Amino acid sequence: MANRSLFLKLLSAFVVFGAWEIAGRIPVSYAFPTFFESMAALFKMMFDGSLLAAYAETLKPLAIGILISAFLGIAIGLWIGLSGWFDWLFSPIFIVMQAAPLAALIPLLVMMYGIGLTSKVFVVCIMAMPVIVLNTAGAVRNTPSSLTEMGKSFLASKAEVITKIIVPAASPVIFSGLRLGISAGFIGAILSELKITPTGVGDIITYSRSIADYATMYAAIFSIIVLAVLFLNFLEKIEKFFFAGNVRGYASD
Amino acid sequence: MLQTDNPVQDLPAGHGHSVASSNSSANAVSVRNVSKNYGTVEALKDLSLEFPKGQLTSLLGPSGCGKTTLLKIIAGLLEPTSGEIEVDGRSVDGPGPDRAFVFQDFALLPWASVLRNVSFGLELRGVAKSEREDIAAKYIADVGLAGFEKSYPHELSGGMRQRVGLARALSVDSDVLLMDEPFSAVDEQTRRKFQEDLLSLVANENKTFIFVTHSIEEAVYVSDQIAILLPRPSRVSDIIRPSGLREKDSRSIRRDPEYLDIVDEIWESLRSYVE
Ligand SMILES: Nc1ncnc2c1ncn2[C@@H]1O[C@H](COP(=O)(O)OP(=O)(O)OP(=O)(O)O)[C@@H](O)[C@H]1O
Ligand SMILES: [Mg+2]
Repeated sequence: MANRSLFLKLLSAFVVFGAWEIAGRIPVSYAFPTFFESMAALFKMMFDGSLLAAYAETLKPLAIGILISAFLGIAIGLWIGLSGWFDWLFSPIFIVMQAAPLAALIPLLVMMYGIGLTSKVFVVCIMAMPVIVLNTAGAVRNTPSSLTEMGKSFLASKAEVITKIIVPAASPVIFSGLRLGISAGFIGAILSELKITPTGVGDIITYSRSIADYATMYAAIFSIIVLAVLFLNFLEKIEKFFFAGNVRGYASD
Repeated sequence: MLQTDNPVQDLPAGHGHSVASSNSSANAVSVRNVSKNYGTVEALKDLSLEFPKGQLTSLLGPSGCGKTTLLKIIAGLLEPTSGEIEVDGRSVDGPGPDRAFVFQDFALLPWASVLRNVSFGLELRGVAKSEREDIAAKYIADVGLAGFEKSYPHELSGGMRQRVGLARALSVDSDVLLMDEPFSAVDEQTRRKFQEDLLSLVANENKTFIFVTHSIEEAVYVSDQIAILLPRPSRVSDIIRPSGLREKDSRSIRRDPEYLDIVDEIWESLRSYVE
């Protein structure tokens, strides 16, 4: 089974990269490099240290923003899900945040928080947090009442009902919110570097495009996608570790 | 089979003696003039009922007549609109360690193994892990699920899930067991076996059982007292005490003339509501 799924993953990677290579050779656009050119550019950046330096820059707002979004988002989501009053007060904010056109908000953020780290963290949070909050709140609200009732009848305290029943019951949906939110956070981190000040990976993308070094540009984009996928896999490991019972055909590998 | 010798909680004096057939005067649970409205729906109306200590009382009535509602009010899970519940002389205002619930819809944690589900009540009472798992394992074996400790609820049949809920309620060793159709999903053979086990449990433990069932035969077979509830708004229409049956051997009850008469009598009184 594990071998088969590994085989399928390799096969799909091969098909995608193959299509990329072919598209690059036709070429579909003069600005579209082949797969091998991009990989060569990627390895070059990896070995001359520029990629590492870029990620040291990009990961700062990304990591801070994702950590804030995850912890604060789950906490606020729990709160919204548990209290009707809090729901009334805060849900609309996150629904608006989710729908807001981010590009239009960036000038506002820059005006308020400058062009430094703070604004970039905000962009990551605006991208990542709403879906985490709304998923968590929805999952909490949908906890089967028979389970919370069972907990109460066996003398669970309020805190125990939350930690031993509501959170585990909501965890699959919370984690799917985290997956979506973190993917959006990656987009937000790059977007902030493209729209606020070019630093890190965003700088590589902007600069290499300006000198028409498309292989390097695609290599940078490719690297961020790989990083996001790796991180999502890591998240799934965390979920399996804490909520072993969730893995019932639902959590794929 | 279902006997308990649970070391976790102190049982009241008299534990272990057969008190089932003695007409003990004390009531373990008293329901006084309880009404319950769900919005405009009157589920219970001015219902009063006494549950004698150490005995099994069945609540028998048509679907939707408020049996689960009454049980949840006694459990302290629902507030009555008016009226009062007393358990062991104390007025009830919430769930307590003196009552354990067997849920009609099982209410098992889908992410937890059978062992964790059965020991969940003890976990919430702060019993140490190894101790509660020992106790849980014993009750798992008692309900016939030995070997399934590590299974998850979705891997079990409906009847097996129901037995997990039963084992969970038994393992906390409460004085009062509130059982909401606990045998509804088990097969007929297991059901008969459980009814016999229940009889010996009632005979050997100083516990009070409140037992909801749809089955007239089952009610007559296992009960010291049967409360017949009428459809909404629900009141007690009749209380029947098959007193002669409790001395009989559990295997000959079903052939007893008194058993057959009571079954008939209850059917006669209920038939008008079914038609
Ligand atoms: N949460 C609720 N909100 C509104 N009405 C309810 C609620 N729970 C129960 N009822 C109503 O109260 C009545 C009694 O319900 P209850 O579940 O106590 O019946 P029951 O006797 O246990 O039925 P069954 O034998 O089918 O389990 C029903 O008519 C039902 O429609
Ligand atoms: Mg019911």
